[in-house]
Amino acid sequence: MREALLKVFRGEKDSGEYVTYKVPIEEGMVVLDAIHYIQANFSPELAVRWNCKAAKCGSCSAEVNGRPSLMCKSRMDKFADGEEITVQPIKSFPHVKDLVSDVSWNYRANEKIPAFTPAADADWTFYQEDIDRVQEFRKCIECFLCQDVCHVIRDHDRKDFLGPRFMVRSAGLEMHPLDTVDRTRFLKEEGGIGLCNITKCCTEVCPESIHITDNAIIPLKERVVDEFYDPIAKFFKTVFGGKKK
Amino acid sequence: MTDSTKTETPSVAAGGAQKAHTGLTTRKDNWWLEPALVACGFTLFIVYATFRVFENGHYEIGSYLSPFYSPKFAFDWWKFSPAILILWIPAGFRATCYYYRKAYYRAYFWDPPGCSIGHMGGHNYTGETKFPFVFQNAHRYFFYLASIVLIFLWYDVYLAFFQPTGFVVSGINLFMLLNVILLSGYSGGCHACRHLVGGRLDCFSKCESTKQQFKLWHLVTKLNEHHMLWAWLSLFSVGLTDLLIRSYEMGYVPEMRFF
Amino acid sequence: MADYEIHEHDVLVIGAGGAGLRAAIEASSMGVSVGLVCKSLLGKAHTVMAEGGVAAALANVDPKDGWETHFQDTMKGGKMLNNWRMAQLHAQEAPERVKELERWGAVFDRTKNGKILQRAFGGHTYKRLCHVGDRTGLEMIRTLQDRGVHQGIKVYMECCVSRLLKDGDKIAGAFGYYREDGRFVLFKAKAIVLATGGVGKSFTVTSNSWEYTGDGHALAYDAGADLIDMEFVQFHPTGMVWPPGVRGILVTEGVRGEGGILRNKDGERFMYKYLPESTKNDFAATDEEAKTWVDAALEGKQTEARRPPELSTRDNVARAIYQEVKAGRGSEHGGVYLDISYQDPERVKKKLPSMYHQFKDLADVDITAGPMEVGPTMHYIMGGVRVDAETAATRVPGLFAAGECSGGMHGANRLGGNSLSDLIVFGKRAGAGAADYAKKLTATPTVSDESVKAALDEMEAPFSRPNGVNPYDIAKALNQIMSTHVGIYREEKELEAGIAKLEDLKAQVKEVGIKGTKAYNPGWHLCRDLKNMIISSEAIARSALSRKESRGAHSRLDYEDIDEENWGHVNSSISKDGDRMKLEHTPKPEMPDDLKNLFKKKEPVNA
Repeated sequence: MREALLKVFRGEKDSGEYVTYKVPIEEGMVVLDAIHYIQANFSPELAVRWNCKAAKCGSCSAEVNGRPSLMCKSRMDKFADGEEITVQPIKSFPHVKDLVSDVSWNYRANEKIPAFTPAADADWTFYQEDIDRVQEFRKCIECFLCQDVCHVIRDHDRKDFLGPRFMVRSAGLEMHPLDTVDRTRFLKEEGGIGLCNITKCCTEVCPESIHITDNAIIPLKERVVDEFYDPIAKFFKTVFGGKKK
Repeated sequence: MTDSTKTETPSVAAGGAQKAHTGLTTRKDNWWLEPALVACGFTLFIVYATFRVFENGHYEIGSYLSPFYSPKFAFDWWKFSPAILILWIPAGFRATCYYYRKAYYRAYFWDPPGCSIGHMGGHNYTGETKFPFVFQNAHRYFFYLASIVLIFLWYDVYLAFFQPTGFVVSGINLFMLLNVILLSGYSGGCHACRHLVGGRLDCFSKCESTKQQFKLWHLVTKLNEHHMLWAWLSLFSVGLTDLLIRSYEMGYVPEMRFF
Repeated sequence: MADYEIHEHDVLVIGAGGAGLRAAIEASSMGVSVGLVCKSLLGKAHTVMAEGGVAAALANVDPKDGWETHFQDTMKGGKMLNNWRMAQLHAQEAPERVKELERWGAVFDRTKNGKILQRAFGGHTYKRLCHVGDRTGLEMIRTLQDRGVHQGIKVYMECCVSRLLKDGDKIAGAFGYYREDGRFVLFKAKAIVLATGGVGKSFTVTSNSWEYTGDGHALAYDAGADLIDMEFVQFHPTGMVWPPGVRGILVTEGVRGEGGILRNKDGERFMYKYLPESTKNDFAATDEEAKTWVDAALEGKQTEARRPPELSTRDNVARAIYQEVKAGRGSEHGGVYLDISYQDPERVKKKLPSMYHQFKDLADVDITAGPMEVGPTMHYIMGGVRVDAETAATRVPGLFAAGECSGGMHGANRLGGNSLSDLIVFGKRAGAGAADYAKKLTATPTVSDESVKAALDEMEAPFSRPNGVNPYDIAKALNQIMSTHVGIYREEKELEAGIAKLEDLKAQVKEVGIKGTKAYNPGWHLCRDLKNMIISSEAIARSALSRKESRGAHSRLDYEDIDEENWGHVNSSISKDGDRMKLEHTPKPEMPDDLKNLFKKKEPVNA
C-alpha cells in the first residue's frame, strides 16, 4: 500500500513542533482524510476544524505545503510519491491549537458592514442580468483563505482593512439592484479599501473561483474614486443627482 | 494499520518550542519565477523605451511613424525629444493600470512577492492611501488621455496603408495594425472603462439606456477577463513596432511590401 | 467544582442552521433576549449543504400551483403519516417565508419576467423549488446570518450543549462547553429551541456533516420529550460512490430536476419499472414524453407532457438503485449512472456549478461530458421530537424544536425541497412560540447546583480514563452496526442483532477515555457526541423493529407491503423511562374533512 508522509504542526498558541505521520493512501483521498486517519489511529486530540468534507462549508482551511487551501479539496494524488506534505494552521489569525486558528475577528469585521436596505416600496421584480454579479459574490463559503493570504492582514497586520472576504460581501450589497445604501464612505474610511494594492492573492486561493479582485474590489475602488478622487464625476453627481435614493 | 508508525521529526528545535510559521514560506514550487520574469520583462521594456525617447531619431520614415512618437509634437520651443511630450500618457496609463499595479507591486516592491510568501517589502505599509500611490486613483484620467492617443495611433495606421502613392500593404503597416488592435483590446478592457460604461450601475434592467449600458459593460467585461494577456501583448507589440520602424529607417530590415 | 461561565437569556436557541437562525431572528424581533449556540462557526451549519432549492407554491413557473397541491404532495410523499396540520401550515406559509428571505437580501435565480425561478423536484407536481443554482442552502444561511448579526442576537460559536437543565418539569437552562478551550458554560434560559439537525454521523455512507450526531434528539429525550417516527430515515438516491474518500457526498436532486437521466450498466433507463402503481400516471411513459417535458422546462414553457420517471420520490428512487445494483446491473464502483451530459455544457455549469466542480475536483469526472456514478447515501431523518404544529412546543414546558430534529412534518418520507421550507416556516414558529412562552412565564426557573455538577462531572469523566476505549473505535463500530443492520432494507433478525450490538456499545461507551487537555480536543468532543449518537440510533432501530410494514423510507424485507389497517394510523413514539427506552404507538392526528376531500379528486386541486 502507498503511504504518505504528513508533517503536521502540533501545539497550542503558536508554540509546538512538527510531527510527521505515515498514512496509507486510498484512491481519491484528500488531506483532510489523512488528518482524520491520524485522529482515529494515532492522536484523537489532534485539533482540526471541519464540517462537510465536500467543499461547501469552508471550515477546513489550512496551509498545505505553504499554500492556503481547503484540506477537503487538496487531493493526495497531486503530491509526488514519498513527498513530505507540510500541513500548517492558517497564519493570519491567532493560533489556537494544532490546525485550528481563531477566526472570530472576521465575524466582528462583518458586523460593521451596513446591512442590506431595500426601499420600503421596492418592486421585487428584477432580472437575471441584474444579479449575475451579486450571485458570484454570494457563492462565498467564508473559508477565510482570502483573508489568510491577503498580505495586508497577513504580513502587515492591518486589521483596519476589512479584507477580501468583506470587500466581496460589500460588493454584493452595493451592486444589489434594490439596495439603497451608499457604502463608499464606509469602504474608504472604515473598510480601508485603499490598503488593498490589488496583488490578487485572494483571487488565486479562492476555492469558489470568485474573481475577488476584478469583480468585487476594483469595481468598489472605482466607486470610491467617483465619490472621493474624481472631481468631474463628483460634479456630475452633484448636479444630476446620485444613483442611490 | 500496524505498519503505520508515528515518527518524530529531527527538525524540532532543541531546547525550545517551534512556531507554526517561520521563515519566508513553506511553498515548494518556484514561486519566485513569476515575479522574476515580470521584473525582467518590465525592465527590458523600460530600458528600451528610455533609450528610444532620448535617442530622439529614427522614428519616422515615409508614412510610418513610431507609436513612441505619435502624435508627433514637433515645436520650435521644445528642444528635447518630442516623445517626452507624449509618452507620459501611455506610461501613466500603464503605471496606474490595475493589472500592472499587481505586477510591479509584486515584482519590484515585493509587497508581496507572491502568495503566502513572508514579508519582504518595505515597512509602514500604507497601500494606496498615501502619496505616491494614492495617485493610482487617477487611472481613469489616464484612460481618457490614452484613448485620445489611441485615436492618433489608428490614424497613423490609416496613413501607413493609404500612402500618397496609393494603397500599400507591407510587413510594417500590418504590424502597426496588429499593434493598434492589441492596444485597443488593452484599453477597451480597462477596469476604469468597465466601471464607466456600466459597472457603476446597480440595476441594468431599469430602462432602455441602462440596458444598452449593460451590453457595453458585458463586452468590456469579456475583454477585461484577459486584461493581463492584452497588457503584455500590447506592451511587446508597441515596443516591437517601434523597433521595426527604427530598423527599417536605419536600413536593417526591408519594408516587406506585398503590394 | 471547576469554573464555568454563566449567561442568561430569555430564549436560548441551540443550533444555528436555517431553523435555529430563523427562530433566533423571530424571538429577537419580539423583544426578548436571545442566545444562539452553535457547534461550529456561524454559517457552517449543515444547511449550507442543501443544494436543490426551497419548496414553496409561489406559482411563478407553473401558475396552476397552490398551497393545496403542495400540501397534497407533501402528504402523499410522507405516505399520509405526516402531522397534517404541520404539512398544511408549511404549504401555506412557505411562499411568504421565501419572499421574506428575498426582502432580507437573498438573491434567487430569476424567471424571464423577473420573478423567483422554480425548478422541478421529485414528488412535486409542479415546478416549485426556488433556488440559486445548486447552492440554495448557502444563500439561505448567509441571508439569515447577515440578518441576525444586525439584530443583537448573542452568538456563542463553537459551543456545544451537553445537557438541558430543568426546574421541576420546566426548562431552566443548558450546560455545555466551548470547543476552543474546553471551558464550561451554563446558560440560564426560560425557553430553549432545539434546532440541531439530524443523525447522519451514525451511518458510514452519509451526506451529513460531522455535526449530525443527533444532539437535539438525545437532549430532548433526556429532558423527557418524546421522539416520533424515528424509523423513517431517508436515503438520498444520489450520493457519490467513487472515489472512496468522497463516498456519500450528495449529488443534488436538482440534477434530475434539470433533466438528469438514470441508467444501469446496460444503458437501460430503469426508473420506469420502479414507479409505484399509485403514482405511475403522473410520470412520462416514454423517453419521448420525458424529453418533451425537459425541453419545455429548459425553455420555460408549459407542456402537457408528464415528468420524467427520475422525479419519483426519493424513497422509490433509492430503492430502485439499490435493487439494480443488487441484481448485478450496477456501475463499475457499485452505483448507477446519472447523466446530464446530453445538455448544453454551459447551461449545466450555470445551473449546477457546485456539482460540476465537485465531480471535476474530487472525482476527475466532467459531468458535461459523461455520466456520474451515484448510489444511495443516508441523508435525512424524518423522525424527531414531537412538537405542536402551531408553536413547535414539545411536551416539556419551555422546550421547543424545529427543523430536522423535530418530527411529524414529513411523515414517512420527505420530499426534496421541503426541508429548507420546513426550516423557515417552523423556525419562525418555534422562535415565536419560545419568545411568547418566555414572556408569559411569571417566575424565572432556577438551575440547581447539583444538576450543574452532574453535567460537569459527566464532561470531566473521560479524562479520568486516559487508557480507556478509543472513542473513534466506538464511532466506527456504531457506523457499521447502523449500516449493516438498520440500513435501507430492514428485517427482524437484523434489527434485533443490531439492537443487541447497540446495547454492547452502550456499555463500552461508559469506558471511553481521552488523553490531552480540554483545549480543542476532538476526541473528547466525540466522547460526548457518542452518547447522543447511540440514543438516536437505538431509537431508530427500535422504532424500525416495531413497524411491521413497509412505508415510505421504511422498507422491511419481511413485511414488504404497506399495511394501512394496522399501521396507517399510528406513529411510533420513543421516550425515556428510567434507564430504558420506552416505545409506544400513538394515534396519528386525524385530518379534518375539508382536507381529506382534497385527496378524493383525481387531479390535484386548489381551492
